[in-house]
Amino acid sequence: MIPLNFYLILSAFMFCVGVLGVLVRRNAIVVFMCIELMLNSVNLSLIAFSSYLGDPTGQMLVFFVMTVAAAEAAVGLAIIIALFRNKQTVNIDEINILKW
Amino acid sequence: MNFEQIVFYLLAAVSAASAVLMILQRNPVNSALFLILNFFCLGGLYLTLHAQFIAMVQVLVYAGAIMVLFLFVIMLLSLGDERRLKESLGWKAYTAIALTAGLLSELFYIFVPSTQTFTSQSANAAQMGTVEYIGTVLFTKFLFPFEVTSLLLLAAIVGAVILAKKKIQ
Repeated sequence: MIPLNFYLILSAFMFCVGVLGVLVRRNAIVVFMCIELMLNSVNLSLIAFSSYLGDPTGQMLVFFVMTVAAAEAAVGLAIIIALFRNKQTVNIDEINILKW
Repeated sequence: MNFEQIVFYLLAAVSAASAVLMILQRNPVNSALFLILNFFCLGGLYLTLHAQFIAMVQVLVYAGAIMVLFLFVIMLLSLGDERRLKESLGWKAYTAIALTAGLLSELFYIFVPSTQTFTSQSANAAQMGTVEYIGTVLFTKFLFPFEVTSLLLLAAIVGAVILAKKKIQ
């Protein structure tokens, strides 16, 4: 059998890759995809815990995380389209109009 | 090594590699395709954890719907090659790599030594992932969050349409 912490190590690694992508990449869409990667790595650890503890609440939480991620993707991509229409770029270094 | 371990190591290796390759790609279309591969591998890992319903939803909603939306927007904006975008950050990138390495080592410090506890899955894990069981729990214990979800999706639809519209009167 595979111990629980193998799944947690994989989840931690994927989460860190997502964090690195958000911090290093400049393309807004790639940053957004890295956020999806982080959501998925947390989903993996939730399902692993759910399965090893025998509690369905983890799987329910993943179900709701997926719903929120779908809503977030739709709204976030609409924001990126609106930004691109105004500034002709998706470089997050040039999108600084909210910066004081 | 038995079949279960082979499947786990294969899926884990492919998902970790595709996650790394995703952030290394210059072209956002390639990044999106590697992310789809990652989502498929995660679906397989959910199957090894006996979460059949969530595995199917993962493939249909994430690898299907959400990533198609991403690819659609990438192609709509015709970003194509990212080389015009300045990616060299200098000290900021090194700081980011150092911070991420710190986070990763902290997480590994917590997770790696704890092999003694939870070495096998729960006895009722196999029947817990079925559509019947998920549906029963979803429509009894989690009925209110489920209904609130429909409101959230409605708000997201309205928000997306308003934001992506050409001009707001």
